[in-house]
Amino acid sequence: MRDAENLFGIPTSRIDGVDKVTGAARYASDEPVVNPAYGYFVTSTIARGRISAFKLDRAKAVRGVLDILTYQNVGNEAAPPVGPDGGPTTTTLESDRIWHDGQIIAVVVAETYEAAREAANRVEVVYVEEKPSASFDSPGVESVPHKPQKSPDPKKGDAAGAFAAAAVKFEARYSTPTQHHNPIELFTATCAWDGPKLTVYEPSQFMWGTKNSVAARLRVNPEQVRAVSRYIGGAFGSKGPNPRTVWVAIAAKRVGRPVKLVPTRDQSFTIATYRAETRQHIKLGASADGKLTSLIHEGWEVTSRPSGYNVSGVESTARMYACPNIATAVNVVHADRNTPGYMRAPPETPYMFALESAMDELAYELKMDPVELRRVNDTQTDPVDGLPFSSRSLMQCFDQAAAKFGWRHRDARPGVMRDGEWLIGFGCATACYPSNLGPAAVRVSLTPDGKATVGLAGHEIGTGAYTLVAISTARSLGLHVDDVTVHMGDSDLPPIMVAGGSNNAASAANVVVKACDELKQRIAKAAVDAADSPLRGADADKLTLTDGKLLGPSGESEPLARAVSRTGHRIEAYAEYIPEGLPPSAVADMSKGNPLMLGGAGRKDVAAFAFGAHFVEVRVHSRTREIRVPRVVSAFAAGTIVNPKAAYSQFMGGAIWGLSSALLEETEMDEGSARYINDNLADYLIPVNADVPSVEIIMVPEKDERVNPLGIKGIGEIGIVGMNAAVANAVFHATGKRVRELPIRAEKLL
Amino acid sequence: MRSFVFERAADLPQAVKLGAGTRQGQTDAPAQFLAGGTTLIDLMKLEVLTPQRVVHLQSPGAPWSAIEVSPNGARLGAFAKMSTVADDARVLAQYPVIAQSLQLAASAQIRNMATLGGNVLQRTRCPYYRDPSWSACNKRVPGSGCAAIHGFNRNHAILGVDENCISQYPGDFAIALIALDARVELMGAEGTRLIPFASLHTGVQSQPHIETTLKPGEIIIAFHVPAGAWTRRSLYLKVRDRASYEFAIASAAVALSIEGEEVREARIGLGGMAYRPWRSQEAENILIGNPLTESSAAAAAAAALKSAIGHGHNDYKPELARRTIVRALLEAKALQLSSGAS
Ligand SMILES: Cc1cc2nc3c(=O)[nH]c(=O)nc-3n(C[C@H](O)[C@H](O)[C@H](O)COP(=O)(O)OP(=O)(O)OC[C@H]3O[C@@H](n4cnc5c(N)ncnc54)[C@H](O)[C@@H]3O)c2cc1C
Repeated sequence: MRDAENLFGIPTSRIDGVDKVTGAARYASDEPVVNPAYGYFVTSTIARGRISAFKLDRAKAVRGVLDILTYQNVGNEAAPPVGPDGGPTTTTLESDRIWHDGQIIAVVVAETYEAAREAANRVEVVYVEEKPSASFDSPGVESVPHKPQKSPDPKKGDAAGAFAAAAVKFEARYSTPTQHHNPIELFTATCAWDGPKLTVYEPSQFMWGTKNSVAARLRVNPEQVRAVSRYIGGAFGSKGPNPRTVWVAIAAKRVGRPVKLVPTRDQSFTIATYRAETRQHIKLGASADGKLTSLIHEGWEVTSRPSGYNVSGVESTARMYACPNIATAVNVVHADRNTPGYMRAPPETPYMFALESAMDELAYELKMDPVELRRVNDTQTDPVDGLPFSSRSLMQCFDQAAAKFGWRHRDARPGVMRDGEWLIGFGCATACYPSNLGPAAVRVSLTPDGKATVGLAGHEIGTGAYTLVAISTARSLGLHVDDVTVHMGDSDLPPIMVAGGSNNAASAANVVVKACDELKQRIAKAAVDAADSPLRGADADKLTLTDGKLLGPSGESEPLARAVSRTGHRIEAYAEYIPEGLPPSAVADMSKGNPLMLGGAGRKDVAAFAFGAHFVEVRVHSRTREIRVPRVVSAFAAGTIVNPKAAYSQFMGGAIWGLSSALLEETEMDEGSARYINDNLADYLIPVNADVPSVEIIMVPEKDERVNPLGIKGIGEIGIVGMNAAVANAVFHATGKRVRELPIRAEKLL
Repeated sequence: MRSFVFERAADLPQAVKLGAGTRQGQTDAPAQFLAGGTTLIDLMKLEVLTPQRVVHLQSPGAPWSAIEVSPNGARLGAFAKMSTVADDARVLAQYPVIAQSLQLAASAQIRNMATLGGNVLQRTRCPYYRDPSWSACNKRVPGSGCAAIHGFNRNHAILGVDENCISQYPGDFAIALIALDARVELMGAEGTRLIPFASLHTGVQSQPHIETTLKPGEIIIAFHVPAGAWTRRSLYLKVRDRASYEFAIASAAVALSIEGEEVREARIGLGGMAYRPWRSQEAENILIGNPLTESSAAAAAAAALKSAIGHGHNDYKPELARRTIVRALLEAKALQLSSGAS
């Protein structure tokens, strides 16, 4: 293992911070293009049926309208879209079919945004309407077992038999609501053609995916398409290849000039993906001393009519605790909705809610401290595959967070802790997230003045990715972070895996350090061979780059400038990182738009997960039942932490989102019409400052020699996981009332 | 947003003239006055309001935004900003329910923009009203029906509703005003007049698109709040999903005058649950002349909610509303007032 401790761990401010707060950072729709026309989507107002006619005369009469795209004039100009699971998905302008409310059915292009919007308002659509099915309980939905993507659903031993025989049994049903990412930057797209070449400016968390998917749908060579996305104003899983962009590209071709399209917030609820509602059933069997003997976890998830997309969080819940008998199953429920997709910790956020609530309920049945219940079931071996965890510091997280939180002040009886009229509850839960890895490539160059330039098609989704790459480069080459220029967000640069599954920090750092090591090797080699170097004859492998010097083992050194000049005016290295376990073709495959990720749970050598523990205090008013969360303490152990400053924010943001998903967030629906109701940020509630007075994060040190060469586990998603259960558990402790349906609102506690 | 003609009035009388198209109490009149714009511009962007003419009520000078507090009561200029009134030391001390109703509303930014006059005329937050892609909304399109009755109605009204409309009056300040028996000073084509605040908003009365008794061109210029022994022992309790920047799911404005153990005067305004700003004299009558106890508070709360009707998602509201009233009354009773107060 590379000595990661010497490389990382220094809190570093974002290198792009000033640009962001001064507005200099260019987001996709800020990119200047020459003489753009403006697009505006027309979306359906019914959830199921067909379009029998468009009446466009009034729209075309608006001054400045250039073109109106519908299925009738462009429907067959694009290949069908591919869903987030690689399978079929809801269409947009391909045909007259309406799959869901708010589906894109036309694109109006005009000289100005205002004209496009005005004309879009005047498009009249005649529908043949059919009765839609909104969600689980609606007549007409279709429930079928899901198709497991990689491996079969986790199963071991005889779970049903063990449950029947268990000394202590617990069983319950849980549900989680529809939620939307709502990144502040909307789902914009700007397309500009230059002869056969197309440039797409669009927020993307997979540059090479956007390039390839647009090319495939336009049926052109991927070489002709370039995707640019230097900054992304929040993605959370919602900004990958999508069904929309091609229509903007086709519009740009038709009008012969660039087209810029910025949709509205309410459109963003239906033209992009979301977290679908789930229902879950859990059975836990345990011995009298709390050891689990049986875990049965089944889930139901809503999806669209054509798509089989599902998140299947049992992959993670089955691996949380030592348990000899496990059975899991997942079902998809097809409704008249748009296709859901990844949203921060897609599987774990809903499924760990059920498991961690059930564990808390079991602890009460057993009259055991919930922390102790986790302790007796802790394990260093993946209970499903029998592989060792690459590292697992779950109980260290529980113990450190419990100490800081003051868990020992908890009176175990529900409903007895009070402060005047306010009932107080303490709750805790486990957080976990698989440590995934992806292929990556990078080009790093260094000049004698000690300046490095790094290029890879990485993704600044707000996580501090530019800074992470700069730190990795600077620390490897003995430079200051300010000496590194990072280029990302452009598919003309070497590819890296989709910024999803929390893999990008580990994948990017590993490939950058690899390229830097190669640079260092070449510089060192030249020095030890050079007649004029004080390092002549030294062992090249023992030389290091430190503080602008090439340093020998016994202190002899040479300025970096001289050592670099010897190799020319500019020295450059290209490196690829292919995690062990992925095929050698992984980078080439990714370049064709087929990303292969090494899942933390899919490995042959170890099970790789990060772990954490949340502790929450809630206060519930004894009469009116408002729920407030005065404080949160969360601890995480996630291997090497590259930049503790960014990591703290990332963990904290995750915890706050978890709280939000427990108490506030639900996309509400009009059942009869299968249309969303609160499709705006005034009515879709997320926490404001007054809702999160105190969130403390503990980063538990963890050295992981097996997860990857640098020991980095991803931290982008784990913060949200389990928080919803910790809040629900605290609400139970405060009130004696168990809420198994999120979000928890005052009316559920009356 | 649709195109419109924008006009600035030199003074209020001219604004009254330019605003003749505001019609009689009609929500979607072809002319609209613009004050802080936090309701109007919002609804124009959503294309719920599509006025042809917008008349800017420019800050018309000191008398119209002044706050005067005298032994007879308070006069609050209609063009005062919400934040100014919420922070006024005299209002805070003598009319805490008013200050709190403003302080707990919206966000700091909105309170700095929004005026008292615009505030009382804010429109319902009913999602079916606020999104014109829903075809059935009697308030927006008279005669089109009500999608909320069988739709998602978690924060819809339970008091004063009928089959034409179950939308809720969302504001907070108006609840304090109605509880304190305020009057509204209006300037119109025929001069000024003073009406009870309770008669400013109309009930559903089969025509939810008519919301006020304002005459064409009439402008709210001030609110008069009479003094009383009860105003100091007053508070605004707002129950909401998140801790700030959110409308009420239930609220109560209460003001009490207590001598010895006996309640001499009680004022109860209710928000987050009614079609229009709501005062419950039934509840007040139960309290007056009796000691205020948990059980008399509960009896008053029960009386206030007697006519409540739920429509599914809002079936929780009567119970929450009763608890809100009880809590507000008991908290008001427990207030420690400095000398001279009752
Ligand atoms: C996100 C959000 C959250 C909010 N939360 C709350 C809350 O929690 N509680 C709450 O009470 N309010 C809340 N509000 C509403 C806010 O308080 C009102 O929008 C504001 O008070 C309106 O005042 P304004 O001066 O901006 O009115 P405008 O928008 O300018 O006008 C509103 C209406 O009143 C008319 N009008 C304005 N002034 C006069 C006058 N002097 N005479 C006659 N007609 C007039 C206008 O023609 C228009 O029809 C919220 C608003 C938003 C956008």
